[in-house]
Amino acid sequence: MENQQQDLYNPNVLINIGPNHPATHGTLRVMCRINGEVIEDANCEIGYLHRAIEKLGEEKTYHQWMVYTDRLNYCSALNNNITYAMTVENLMKISPTDRCMYIRVVCMELSRIIDHIVCIAANALDLGAMTVFFLLIHWREEAYTMIESMCGMRLTTTYARIGGMSYDLPDGFAQRLKKFCDEIPKAIDEIEGLLTGNRIWIDRTKNVGVITKEDCAQFSVTGPCARASGIDMDLRRDRPYYIYPELDFDVVVGSGGDVYDRYLVRMEEMRQSVRILKQCNEKMPNGPLWVDDKRVLIPNKLDVYTKMEVLIHHFKIFMEGIDVPKGEAYTCTEGPNGEVGFYIVSRGGPKAWRIRVKSPSFTHFQVFEKTIKGGKIPDAIAHLGSVNIIAGELDR
Amino acid sequence: MEMFDLIAVMAKILFVIAISLGVIPFLVWFERRGSAWMQGRVGPNRIGPFGLLQTTADVIKFVCKEDFVPKNANKFFYHMAPTVALVAPLCAMAVIPFGSYLVLGDHTVNLQIANMNTGVIFILAFAGLEVYPIILAGWASNNKYSVLGALRGSAQIVSYEIAMGLALLSMLVVYGSFNPHEMVAWQNETIFGFLPRWGAFVNPIGALVFWIAIFAETNRLPFDLPEGESEIVAGYHLEYGGMKFAAFFMAEYVAMIMASGLISTIYFGGYGFLPGMQTILNLATEYFSLGVAGVQNVKALLEFTSFFSKVSFFMFVFVWVRWTLPRFRFDQLMDLGWKILFPLSLINLILVTLGVYFLN
Repeated sequence: MENQQQDLYNPNVLINIGPNHPATHGTLRVMCRINGEVIEDANCEIGYLHRAIEKLGEEKTYHQWMVYTDRLNYCSALNNNITYAMTVENLMKISPTDRCMYIRVVCMELSRIIDHIVCIAANALDLGAMTVFFLLIHWREEAYTMIESMCGMRLTTTYARIGGMSYDLPDGFAQRLKKFCDEIPKAIDEIEGLLTGNRIWIDRTKNVGVITKEDCAQFSVTGPCARASGIDMDLRRDRPYYIYPELDFDVVVGSGGDVYDRYLVRMEEMRQSVRILKQCNEKMPNGPLWVDDKRVLIPNKLDVYTKMEVLIHHFKIFMEGIDVPKGEAYTCTEGPNGEVGFYIVSRGGPKAWRIRVKSPSFTHFQVFEKTIKGGKIPDAIAHLGSVNIIAGELDR
Repeated sequence: MEMFDLIAVMAKILFVIAISLGVIPFLVWFERRGSAWMQGRVGPNRIGPFGLLQTTADVIKFVCKEDFVPKNANKFFYHMAPTVALVAPLCAMAVIPFGSYLVLGDHTVNLQIANMNTGVIFILAFAGLEVYPIILAGWASNNKYSVLGALRGSAQIVSYEIAMGLALLSMLVVYGSFNPHEMVAWQNETIFGFLPRWGAFVNPIGALVFWIAIFAETNRLPFDLPEGESEIVAGYHLEYGGMKFAAFFMAEYVAMIMASGLISTIYFGGYGFLPGMQTILNLATEYFSLGVAGVQNVKALLEFTSFFSKVSFFMFVFVWVRWTLPRFRFDQLMDLGWKILFPLSLINLILVTLGVYFLN
């Protein structure tokens, strides 16, 4: 204490935001050196939610690991499920059926809406607008109810299977989806009315937490955050997968890279997702859900109980796993938060040799450390909410 | 002092404290049900009719909780803070009149605990005390987030007190009196024959500034920075649990009631009749063929109703605004206070003074 001359004008107070703080939405820690409310230096720490999910991928069969993908970004579990299934299918050179692709696109867009809802709602909650949170969360629940009707789960879905989906769409799904698509734009308009023109909201978010184009390139920021900074990049359009080339949608690009632009981009992306959902609903083809490939095809339960060969086949798929040929594959999709990718190295057999996940939250948290310096504590909170860092995906 | 006066004062103190503390459970219930209504939820509806007893259950929970004190807290100030927080706004309520007077036999009872000529100054003095619990709580808790909240809170309250004081001053110029009764009497006239001569209609800018300032004074959204639950966790009362937290919580509501009473008295005619109440009084007088004392007592009752409904309206506005707006940032709050409200209220004061000088 004696050799540290106390500077009364800059007492160098250290403060921990997290790992247990109302605004961190998960366990992440930001150590800040503050002067008054200004953050002079910051250091981010990750690893509080590390569950060795990637390592577990080397011990589990390809199907068993599907459930772990739910726990990455738990706001958009469907997107992770499908991207993972897509990666394994690419390794096995399987292309899913038309109907399967349409269902998957519906799932991914639903999860995008859910993820954006969570992000905007939590961000608004952190900035004190609690009503926005509740109004939006209502629609997340509606979306979850629809997902529940598809696969029986709400949060951790595990809906995709390698080569198909675990269930076909339920009866009357088209009407439900249509109703949802008709109603949610009204809710989005209501939120726009509460926030977009709100002076306090604009003051709190404009020029706050700016991620520049250069930052995006340096830290490989993707998704809505990159688009809000003015980078016109969307994997759905630039590296199309499934039926996206046939669909009509716009890529939303902002300019400022601040919290307000990220909010606007997310709002408009929800509208675009609704557009995609509507088109999928109209074009939804009939036909088989599963690929006609014996290596991955999970047999019908009725046949399993009545036919010997099918029973053996079923047993082998679930007890031994599917045999994936040697090779490696990296597949990425445009997740709600950015580029979600899975990298799998296979040496043959039912288990992967290596699995790695590319998660957008990881890169967003890296750039967070840089951009909060010089801002104030409330700015850091606004920024943290707007990049939607999900601890499950950050730490894996 | 006569025995009667003593009893009357005691009864009035009891009445005011009972009303202002007694409506808090109802207010909390209203806040929660009201927010639920705005947010498309149901809200508390299980305990008691319409969930009215929910707050009672909460109080029982608070009382039964462990009386926790952080290890390195300054015990004396730590315990003093919630007490001051609750007492200061309750004291300020002493000079807010809730009716003109009652006639009981030979005596008249002034419906105000303390009729002081310096009434408004008294209110400002005790409203100013509200800054102390925040500083004390923040400092004594020995927590960095608490200190941040205390710093925010003290700066905020002191800054907005200036705008609030100037807005009040402009009304004092109009009324030419510090006495709340005289203010209400002045407002009982009408302008152009139909519009009540309320302070808000005479001096709308002052009313607006005052209205914004009381939000800041009571630490309600959009000015709840000292608490700022998502930023600095819970701010100055972060380390308080159980009944001590409940004391802060109640203090916020008492301060809201006090502020609503103040703005009703100074800008919205106080206990003066709402439109239509004179007709009720006339009807009652005819129907019951009341004497002079009876008329005055019915009048006092109606006046109390008028005052109560005005206060209730402002309480509703508090709740309404809270669940609609996001929170300010600290520097923006200071900008609003010093760069907009302070000059605005100063210019307004000059204009009002000139107006009063030339019109009289």
